[in-house]
Amino acid sequence: MNVWIAIGVTAVGCYLVKYLGLLVPAGALERPLVQRLAALLPVALLAALTAQETFSDGHHLLLDARVAGVGAAVVALLLRAPFLLVVAVAVAVTAGVRALGG
Amino acid sequence: MPSPAPPVHPAKTPPRSAVVRDALGVGVAVGLSGFAFGVTASGAGLTVLQACALSLLVFTGASQFALVGALAAGGNPFTAAAGALFLGTRNAFYGLRLSGLLGYRAAVKPFAAHWVIDETSAVTLAQPDRRSARLGFTVTGLSLYALWNLTTLAGVLGAEALGDTEAWGLDAAGPAVFVALLGPMLKTTAERATAGLGAVLLLVTLPLLPAGAPVLVASLAAPAVLWADGRRARTRTGDAPSTTETENGTREAGAR
Repeated sequence: MNVWIAIGVTAVGCYLVKYLGLLVPAGALERPLVQRLAALLPVALLAALTAQETFSDGHHLLLDARVAGVGAAVVALLLRAPFLLVVAVAVAVTAGVRALGG
Repeated sequence: MPSPAPPVHPAKTPPRSAVVRDALGVGVAVGLSGFAFGVTASGAGLTVLQACALSLLVFTGASQFALVGALAAGGNPFTAAAGALFLGTRNAFYGLRLSGLLGYRAAVKPFAAHWVIDETSAVTLAQPDRRSARLGFTVTGLSLYALWNLTTLAGVLGAEALGDTEAWGLDAAGPAVFVALLGPMLKTTAERATAGLGAVLLLVTLPLLPAGAPVLVASLAAPAVLWADGRRARTRTGDAPSTTETENGTREAGAR
């Protein structure tokens, strides 16, 4: 049930946010400070989520094969690999390290 | 009123085939990563119906991954949704910029809104005129929406067939998607500082706070960096010219 509540709230909220953007007259949210905050918020969140899903099981800090996989993804990204390849490299390296007993 | 064309594009209308090709390229490449989402959702314990509902109704990738990650970590539904919504707010800013360029009637906007995401915005904003913008938006939106939902379904079913998704390393798909989304955003010193501070805040608070809360605490990195930036700018203007010089040096180095 909890999952459906979360799905419902997220679906409605995300849709309203998109629709609002199309409705608001241009210029209303054009203040530079608001724009910069809007650009930086996703950066903070994505970095936090990456850290959470790489270094924890949700409650405790944890180092396992995922660290190697995500590290490999970062290298792939720096080498300008396309989106899907970055994800594939992370999955393959994580599976490889686990197969080797990591 | 349409936005002015970006300087890379000449003022003349690009051929329709070129717009369609660009739009399809983006739609197909990103649409296929719905597979990673399906797998991640399944690994987090969501049912096929729940994973597909997310892709059909939320349709903004980072928010979907964030929600699933938070639910897997045992967060309550509202803190989990809060993180996903935070990530979704950027779509409002895309909408602000798209609405003039697309010029849709009020009756069309509720339908177009669902497709306002990173990729459709990137393609649409690159178009010099309304006709190409509408074409780019529609082709990217349609191809991405169709593929994202099909591959989500394939991903959940595939993950269920595989059984232990962790043995296949599929639990690394979620964070790898975040890395791939984050990378292109890290261009300036402020962006890098925000990312670093956000990650540190999360790791420090994770063992201390209930699930879901650390991500929200980490989002404070954005206003914190803005505040520090503003403070530095203020001291700089009231300072000797020598500091301005070094500030400029670091800024240029930071901007790649």
